[in-house]
Amino acid sequence: MAVTTHPKLDAHRLRADFPVFDELVNGRPVAYLDSASSTQKPRPVLDAMRDFYEHSYANVHRGVYRLAERATAGYETARGKVAALVNAPSEREVIFTRGATEGLNLVAYAWGLDNLGPGDVVVVTELEHHSSFVPWQYVAGRTGAAFRAIPIDEQGELQLEALDEIEREGTVKVVANNLVSNTLGTINPVEKLAAWAHERGAIMVVDAAQAAPHRSLDVQALGCDFLAISSHKMCGPSGAGALWGRRELLEEMSPFNLGGEMIRSVSLSETTWNELPYKFEAGTPAIAEAVGFGAAVDYISEIGLDAIERHEHELVELALARLGELPWIDLYGPPPDRRAGIVSFNVHGVHPHDVAQVLDWEGVAVRAGHHCTQPLMTKLGVAATTRASFYLYSIPEEIDRLVDGLHKAKNSLG
Amino acid sequence: MNEFDQLYRELILDHYKNPRNHGLLDGADAQAEGQNPLCGDEVTLSVRLGEGDVIEEVGFDGRGCAISQAATSMLTDLVKGRSAQEVATMPKEELLGELGIPLTPVRLKCAILGLGVLKLALHKAKGTPLPEEWGASAGDLVLE
Repeated sequence: MAVTTHPKLDAHRLRADFPVFDELVNGRPVAYLDSASSTQKPRPVLDAMRDFYEHSYANVHRGVYRLAERATAGYETARGKVAALVNAPSEREVIFTRGATEGLNLVAYAWGLDNLGPGDVVVVTELEHHSSFVPWQYVAGRTGAAFRAIPIDEQGELQLEALDEIEREGTVKVVANNLVSNTLGTINPVEKLAAWAHERGAIMVVDAAQAAPHRSLDVQALGCDFLAISSHKMCGPSGAGALWGRRELLEEMSPFNLGGEMIRSVSLSETTWNELPYKFEAGTPAIAEAVGFGAAVDYISEIGLDAIERHEHELVELALARLGELPWIDLYGPPPDRRAGIVSFNVHGVHPHDVAQVLDWEGVAVRAGHHCTQPLMTKLGVAATTRASFYLYSIPEEIDRLVDGLHKAKNSLG
Repeated sequence: MNEFDQLYRELILDHYKNPRNHGLLDGADAQAEGQNPLCGDEVTLSVRLGEGDVIEEVGFDGRGCAISQAATSMLTDLVKGRSAQEVATMPKEELLGELGIPLTPVRLKCAILGLGVLKLALHKAKGTPLPEEWGASAGDLVLE
């Protein structure tokens, strides 16, 4: 019998890289269970940004002096790292953005406004984060296109059979979906949706903000046309992100932001656009943030995305088992084998806001609210949920602390 | 007192678990609803006015966190017998004093949701002024 061994990550050892865990409150570090919102930052990322500012900082793509060359090299090297992370065929298809939200807006505006009209259909899902939902709802409204959402079943998984009915509404032009749901952790069948979209001549736009930090990604294997990610959800700084787009689509598209850097030539009568990716990078970008983003890609790649995925899977199995033992907890979302490291739940009789407040006093940081997924909350029939989410530095002891805190919340407020 | 006792002191828990003036009034003279989109708190308030636009009866319905619901319950006790004009100029500090707990900016929005809804209801029914800091907001209240 063949035995396959997978390298495991050592979360306790990795925690030493994160200065935030050095700080103790009541003798304990924070049990940070809000990584789906934003992750903590390891020293290699912080050091890379500081080192860049101290030794290599200038504006990019302009100066002829050595410092400017070093800055440009740092910025472009980071682009190459991001391209490798998502297995982009070319670095020129990787556009630096402020984050996944800006990347998704870029596609909705720059592609959507020119390519959508009455009779067309934009398809999203009930699982979308507002950043993958609202831009398309807005641009559909502006262009007269129909806007439809694939419903979810009771486990929070897409009901793809609804596509038949959606298709009858008109010409499907766009399918937009998150690879991993930020609220339920559902891993969505993006490859299937991409194939379905392409059979109909539509484009497939993937919000991978919750996927890229936690599992290996390959835009070519997914078969999508655009994919957006955020640096701050993968140990990098906020204010940086990337949009990968298929070259022929990016070439055809109108620009999004206009200004410096994105032009080839400007005259009183006409302006022509720069080549990819600069056509979509107007103005001075977040340079040190891009460098930090690159360092974060190195950091998680060295640990290994597969090892991170397995680690989070173990934690989510443990969390679902522990929370499942409590009859006064409602759990939302699919079983562990079809879910990433995210657990949304409610405590009977206690509002999520109060749950999160009590947990905070126990040093446990969770998110309470609608998680920027109001259509999903409506579908679940709740105003809000409490959400715990894991990352490479999360440890089982933090789930113990979560469960202890939930008992306190239930006993005092429920 | 530890943090829990400070924020969820007995009086607040009592109002949360046994809300006063709960339920909307039939044939109310003024009614409005509002929500706090951050945490999904919802409050609807209805009011019956007597001579001189004095609040005779008030009832509320809502769902949300303990702070939002308890503060609204306390508010309904506070405003009975006051005129619409008095309520329109009632400072939020009076309600916060009644709550008597320290609140972070996020929780402050929970605490004053009911007061904002009440002011909106009276504005819609009686034209009393809205707080200046709201600007030209109209319709159902959404506290951002």
